[in-house]
Amino acid sequence: MDQPGSTAAGAATSTVNLFAYAVPKVGFDVVIPAFQKTPAGNGVQFQQSYGASGDQSRKVAAGAEADFVNFSVEPDITRLVDAGLVDKGWNANEHKGIPFGSVVTIVVRKGNPKGIKDWDDLLKPGVEVVTPNPFSSGSAKWNLLAPFAAKSNGGADKAAGLAYVTALVKDHVKIQPKSGREATEAFLQGSGDVLLSYENEALFVEKNGDPVEHVTPPTTFKIENPAAVLKGSKNVAKATAFNEYLYTPEAQKLLAEAGFRPVDETVAKEFAAKFPLPTKLWTIADLGGWKSIDSTLFKKDVGDIAKIYDLATQ
Amino acid sequence: MTANRSGTPPALEEAKAVTAGADSQRRGAAAAAPLPARPDARIAPSGEGRDGIRPSGDTQTTAPRRRPRRPGLARTLGVGVVTLWLSVIVLLPLAALTVASFEEGLAGFWDAVTAPAALASLWVTVLVSAVVAVVNAVLGTLVAWVLVRDEFPGKRAVNALIDLPFALPTIVASIVLLSLYGPNSPIGVELNATRSGLVVALLFVTLPFVVRSVQPVLIEVDREVEEAAASLGATNWTTFRRVVLPTLAPAILGGAGLAFARAIGEYGSVVLIGGNIPRETQVASQYIQQQIEIDRPLNAAAVSVALLAIAFVTLLVLRVLSSRAQRREERDA
Repeated sequence: MDQPGSTAAGAATSTVNLFAYAVPKVGFDVVIPAFQKTPAGNGVQFQQSYGASGDQSRKVAAGAEADFVNFSVEPDITRLVDAGLVDKGWNANEHKGIPFGSVVTIVVRKGNPKGIKDWDDLLKPGVEVVTPNPFSSGSAKWNLLAPFAAKSNGGADKAAGLAYVTALVKDHVKIQPKSGREATEAFLQGSGDVLLSYENEALFVEKNGDPVEHVTPPTTFKIENPAAVLKGSKNVAKATAFNEYLYTPEAQKLLAEAGFRPVDETVAKEFAAKFPLPTKLWTIADLGGWKSIDSTLFKKDVGDIAKIYDLATQ
Repeated sequence: MTANRSGTPPALEEAKAVTAGADSQRRGAAAAAPLPARPDARIAPSGEGRDGIRPSGDTQTTAPRRRPRRPGLARTLGVGVVTLWLSVIVLLPLAALTVASFEEGLAGFWDAVTAPAALASLWVTVLVSAVVAVVNAVLGTLVAWVLVRDEFPGKRAVNALIDLPFALPTIVASIVLLSLYGPNSPIGVELNATRSGLVVALLFVTLPFVVRSVQPVLIEVDREVEEAAASLGATNWTTFRRVVLPTLAPAILGGAGLAFARAIGEYGSVVLIGGNIPRETQVASQYIQQQIEIDRPLNAAAVSVALLAIAFVTLLVLRVLSSRAQRREERDA
């Protein structure tokens, strides 16, 4: 295959530097070539970087040259807004700056030998769960929010939610991969009985023929992965064109085929069979939005889940 | 024996050149120093012949002193340049790291280093590296012995092969080991994410140290002493223990020490096969990397300083031991 993304940065004047979280590479691998075939994308080269969402965001905030960013969680974009790198109005479009999403799912070994069906099954004695570290990974935050929301009834009974997370992190999580991708690698190499991950990641590894399958619990969490253009970017026009292209039905279809849940309603209807709706799908808005969730649950040293993690990993 | 002797000089030169070259490349100037001095009291005081080619005659003793004295200015300039260079390249970064690790005071540093996960990673690192150093000391000496004393087809190839772990990028070593000992291992041995996996990976990267430091010493060992011991009725084992081993000891110790120092800082070779399981197989370098990724630079800097201290103490101990051994050699001579 032609490698449109691998051209060296700076070689062409219209090279868009893309910084993204770890797992959407499979989506961009199909969307970027399609974008380059459109009039707006003609001749645009992409320099792509993938890694743990929080880590990537901190790199960009620290001065890494980026034109377009796509992170797992909104706070990683908010960090760039606070740093003056992304315009405050980045999420003003009809989809609130979220070009695609997914749901939190449970990946198990082929045949589901441990009989995992729902969140409670993860706390059975001897079940080892692989999920990344929430201080670097966005995936990790979604993975923990899903059972938290399920157990706390959308945050109403916070103590019950935190009790579940404590039990899970303290007794069932052994390794601390930095990103969702790394967690998948560790799981595929034999670590653990269960992998918490994005549905798109589960679909991807299943398509690759790895001996795993996924079980989406009846109550889970809607993942929304935001994207934004940096306002000081040298290629603001090209990056914006790319960002807008992501919301077109054409790109939405490609993303859906790659396993990401589309945000365009018509496309979503078309792929309804591929992406079954769980019985109850909590959203970040149900919990009060990222701003409050991030500061009460995940903020370093003070957030409840941050403290649980510190205790378990120190 | 004579035939063997006359055949060795090219190999000796080669072995020496490889040792010195590889060492200074890998570990910088600091590492070359603690390499054990050859049992060669005559030239040791000048400090010249130690890592270079050994002068052949006795008249060399005073040669360095007879060199024309450099003008004062040039000497001052030389010392100045060396000081500046070492400061910029070595001392400043280390100082910056130390300062960073004390950003929240002594208590902050202490908390960071004594956090259970940090302590566990340091413990795993030191434990695994010590095992690696000991295994290397025994098997590295054996390899050197076979390469020097025995003749067999393909000896040159084997000799060259020893340096492969130096030349190979360590991450490549990790992939190689993972494909051999990883999940679905073709030989049915799965070592990934175990401490044995760490040991195997580190043995692979540190293989050359003991071999390359023992080899040249062994080549130079005066075999007539061994024959004398044998003629006086000493058994092979006694000869080895009482005659050969004392001569080789500084070299073995030096090589094992360098292997240890290398192993505690190793990252690339363990990153894939180690599994990075906190408190089990997570080594200090992986802990440092993780702390950076989760935005805790203080923890990373503090553990780095601890690692630095361990490496420094190792080199210091080597230095003391080798100079003590050297003094003993001088006395015995």
